[in-house]
Amino acid sequence: MPEPSGTSTTTPPAGTTGARIHLENLTKTYPGSHAPAVDNVNMEVKAGEIVIFVGPSGCGKSTTLKMINRLIEPTSGRIRIGDEDVTDMDPVRLRRKVGYAIQASGLFPHMTVAQNIALVPKMIGWSRARVASRVEEMLDLVGLDPREFHGRYPRQLSGGQQQRVGVARALAADPPVLLMDEPFGAVDPITRDHLQDELIRLQHELHKTICFVTHDFDEAIKLGDRIAVLRERSHIAQFDTPEAILTNPADDFVSGFVGAGAALKRLNLSRVRDVGVVDFPTAGIDDPLQDIFDLLRNGSTNELLLLDRNRRPYKWLRRGDLARAKQSLARAGTLVTDTVTRDATLRDALEAVLTDNAGRVAVTGRRGEYTGVVDMETLMNTVHELLEADRLEALEHQHQLQEQRHRETLLAQEGLDTGEGGAGGAA
Amino acid sequence: MSFWEYVGTRHTQLLADTYQHASVVFQCMVLATLLGMLIGVATYRSEWAGSLATTSTATILTIPSLALIGLLIPIVGLGVPPTVIALTLYGLLPVVRNAIVGLRGVDPALVDAAKGIGMSRAARLLRVELPLAWPPILTGIRVATQMLMGIAAIAAFASGPGLGNEIFRGIASLGSANSLNQVLAGTVGIVILALLFDAAYVLIGRLTISRGIRA
Repeated sequence: MPEPSGTSTTTPPAGTTGARIHLENLTKTYPGSHAPAVDNVNMEVKAGEIVIFVGPSGCGKSTTLKMINRLIEPTSGRIRIGDEDVTDMDPVRLRRKVGYAIQASGLFPHMTVAQNIALVPKMIGWSRARVASRVEEMLDLVGLDPREFHGRYPRQLSGGQQQRVGVARALAADPPVLLMDEPFGAVDPITRDHLQDELIRLQHELHKTICFVTHDFDEAIKLGDRIAVLRERSHIAQFDTPEAILTNPADDFVSGFVGAGAALKRLNLSRVRDVGVVDFPTAGIDDPLQDIFDLLRNGSTNELLLLDRNRRPYKWLRRGDLARAKQSLARAGTLVTDTVTRDATLRDALEAVLTDNAGRVAVTGRRGEYTGVVDMETLMNTVHELLEADRLEALEHQHQLQEQRHRETLLAQEGLDTGEGGAGGAA
Repeated sequence: MSFWEYVGTRHTQLLADTYQHASVVFQCMVLATLLGMLIGVATYRSEWAGSLATTSTATILTIPSLALIGLLIPIVGLGVPPTVIALTLYGLLPVVRNAIVGLRGVDPALVDAAKGIGMSRAARLLRVELPLAWPPILTGIRVATQMLMGIAAIAAFASGPGLGNEIFRGIASLGSANSLNQVLAGTVGIVILALLFDAAYVLIGRLTISRGIRA
């Protein structure tokens, strides 16, 4: 569950925003094969956006990514980063401005964590003192204690820690663009989940432009501002927001890739703060007993939420519990076992609501204080509204596309009229 | 005269021979290491060049040492030159082979990562590939040194320096009072030298192999 950790005092966002990436007619044909591995890719990634390249293995998503920092030289086409055309730039200089994180971290085993992170800043000529403080800062940023991890070697770290250091190394010289090639592919699911949350938090602070390759569609939905679903030869099957892809897959290929349970996956995309959190009658633990009794007896409600001294949810109290309460509240009511934060996904909330025997869950703020309650009914209503809105949006989108296609065919037909005449035939 | 009496009376000569033996092996190993690593670095990327380098150095090793030194005498004369040339050539194979195997064994993902973070070709080689390939290369150097210890004894045949002289003198005067002592003194000297060199390599390994990749 994402929570603000104590490292929010790091780099101010000023000057650390990402740069736009523009790929134009990018093609890669390997010598000896006539079919291109990547065929004519056109894509624009906005500054500060996370774009996920997702597709089956061998579809060329990795190749496309590696062409951005020219680890693979494109056969034709242009690459622009920011306002600069980097297609013919010295690749070594280019790569120092583009962070690169790969699967299984790619840390150099013969260097310590600090040496690994310091590599790029040293290469671009930062002073020793500046490099040293930057290393500490980066370790802090990715949630590793600098004093503990500074002098360790990669093999002394767990897979998740290695991956964090890998990200720290990629970000050390503060590049505007970060390329990530299945970075979380080699870690266990729980660690992967943590790393994904970390990345979201990092991106909240740093606003880099991130291109991220994965074959895991759930990862794509969780992380992506936009997702490019690629089919063979890196043809873009659909390039849109996760919501749009889930509710309106462009074709069978995309819907096959989205897989079953699109509505459930959709729940991952909305947060508790987006839905109506209802107010619930509450009482403080220090309130006079009589007040609480009165509230339950003559109020319109037969249940209330008891808060502790820090206004954190403590107990659910029902009218029936009062009989047993006698003079103290110590033994009455049911303890609150599960709460969700305002940043939790609707899926987490649904999970909590389903496990709760009365079908509601308390929502807490930053410091765990009570802010409201979500119950089954609100959840159901919101989900229906969400899906309905998505559907309307998708319809409109489809409509626009059709109109555009129609206009294009008309133009084409006019152009061809003098020729064969019988062209046309819209899809 | 017992062996120990022999060693006691002849210790100046023996020490001088031992020093020369160590010195020639050391110098030839430095040469072979430099040459071998150069050949390795130059050829490991290409399939055929690598095999060519390994095969040709292996071929050199199959020439009997006595024959090679004998063949070198008419070309470069007697003494130090044929010894140095022969020893350097013999020392090449283990170094070249292990350098190629070591450099090829570096995880391609790491080379990719080095490239991806903007390391130049030279920086990649010096800061990533060679340090990672260094343990096998050092093993190759160690093996080559052990081998040269023995082969250097043959150099006495071409009036070269070292403990081989002691052995050859003993063999030449077979049957005389000290012949066995001479052969024994030369052989034991070489064995002791070999052990000392090996200990030195262990120390070098400790000092030069990063803790992060030490077994």
